Amino acid sequence: MSIIVKNLTKKYGEQKAVNDISFKIETGEVVGFLGPNGAGKSTTMKMITCFMAPSNGNITVDDISVNENQSLIKKKIGYLPENNPLYFDMSIVDYLRFTAEIQGVSKSDIPGRIGEMIELCGLAREKHKNINELSKGFRQRVGLAQAMIHDPEVLILDEPTTGLDPNQIVEIRKLIKELGKQKTVILSSHILSEVEATCDRILIINRGRIVADGTSETLRSQADGQELLTVHIEAVNEELQKSLLGLGSVEKVSAIEDKPGFYSIQSKPNMESRKAIFDLCVKKKWYLLEMTGIETRLEDVFRDLTN
Amino acid sequence: MKKTWIITKRELASFFDSLTAYVMVVLFLGLSGIFTWLVGSNIFVNNQANMGVFFGIAFWSLFFFIPALTMKMVAEENRLGTIELLTTKDITDGQIIRGKFFACLILIFISLICTLPYYITISQLGNIDDGAVIGGYVGLLFLSGSYVAIGLFASSITTNQIVAFLVALFVGIFFHLLFDVMGTSTSGVLASFFNYLSMRVHFDSISRGVVDSRDLVYFGSIITMGLYLAELMLSKRNWQS
Repeated sequence: MSIIVKNLTKKYGEQKAVNDISFKIETGEVVGFLGPNGAGKSTTMKMITCFMAPSNGNITVDDISVNENQSLIKKKIGYLPENNPLYFDMSIVDYLRFTAEIQGVSKSDIPGRIGEMIELCGLAREKHKNINELSKGFRQRVGLAQAMIHDPEVLILDEPTTGLDPNQIVEIRKLIKELGKQKTVILSSHILSEVEATCDRILIINRGRIVADGTSETLRSQADGQELLTVHIEAVNEELQKSLLGLGSVEKVSAIEDKPGFYSIQSKPNMESRKAIFDLCVKKKWYLLEMTGIETRLEDVFRDLTN
Repeated sequence: MKKTWIITKRELASFFDSLTAYVMVVLFLGLSGIFTWLVGSNIFVNNQANMGVFFGIAFWSLFFFIPALTMKMVAEENRLGTIELLTTKDITDGQIIRGKFFACLILIFISLICTLPYYITISQLGNIDDGAVIGGYVGLLFLSGSYVAIGLFASSITTNQIVAFLVALFVGIFFHLLFDVMGTSTSGVLASFFNYLSMRVHFDSISRGVVDSRDLVYFGSIITMGLYLAELMLSKRNWQS
């Protein structure tokens, strides 16, 4: 059940929303599309789900091209669009039955599938309510339930956690992780921690192009060439900054504002300066109160790549 | 066909849940009832046992009611984004449009069935021409089908229901009235051309109880054209600019 995207381009008028991107997603991967607003995440998803035809390039799902047999692809994909549009005048059960029928679930299986989805998405107490009576979190669950009703092999979720409260976000993430064990999942988000928490692999998209592709660890280590430390040193010596800079491995020292005695130290590429700092403090009889290595956050990677 | 019917079922349920269906039936019966039986040149003034008066009223009331039914069909889905949910499921754009078409037509069919007591009453009052009655009802159904198709097209070009309503009326008034007027005010080939386009000419012909292939081709073409254009507008998202 692999998804192969090849030289995909989508133009809106003169503007290229998606510009010649290619990637491959294997069965069972949970992939996150990460990017600022308007980067082309949703557009890419809309083309994979056969909502829009690509201007150029091709997408194959399980070796079937979107230009050939859309019906077969649509059956394999469960899709939760951005903003989770739903028919507000229907009850949850009616709505799930409607989607199951359209997706061709056999008549005898429908009640069972609806029951499973209601169980899985925690909708049991609300199941006879109309969708317009539901809170946003429950609507999101209905959106997930309708996407999964026909037991698709691929789930495509466009910003699945927008507008949810922190508890609901944790629950939805748990659900996505659970689903990711059996299915291929693609989700998009502009929240980094979310992608980091749920996805095996991250594609960072910016202005219609893929600017990074890998696990959160590899992305971090790519940007991680230089060691960054925060130290807290108690010293009366005015020459502290100068002495630190005198160490061969240190590239930059800057005092941290509003925190006397705290310094942020950046090492030269591929060098390590913790031991040298410690030795310096011993030699000069300063008290080293704190020394913390700062892991490059995905936020920084993201900002680097998309700015 | 099965997929089309799923859409039809949902739209019908939505009509009845939202009271649209009841309002439609009650208004239609109320209007046609008042003008057929109580005021103006009603049946008693005409003193003839036929349903011409009712068909004349329905000819106009359906013209106004149908755009009100169809205006939200596609426009609302476009506005809410539910069209994205629908079109990414295993169903074609054509099935979606046809499903909605049949839902509207069935609701109108139900409204027309509710007027059968008129027929029963009149048949008690005198000798009624059954052929003309059947022809009249068939004519109303064809006319409704044409306006539903036009209404769906109007609804598919916008996200605003009011715009959809007005566009449907605007396009409809040509067939309903203006081509007829143009037909009488011109002469020669032009006149017969406009006359052929006029809904009234074909409706009158069918409601005399004569089903002519020319009329069937006329209504069939409007319905096919409307549905085709609506489907085309729905698939606009795939167009390359």
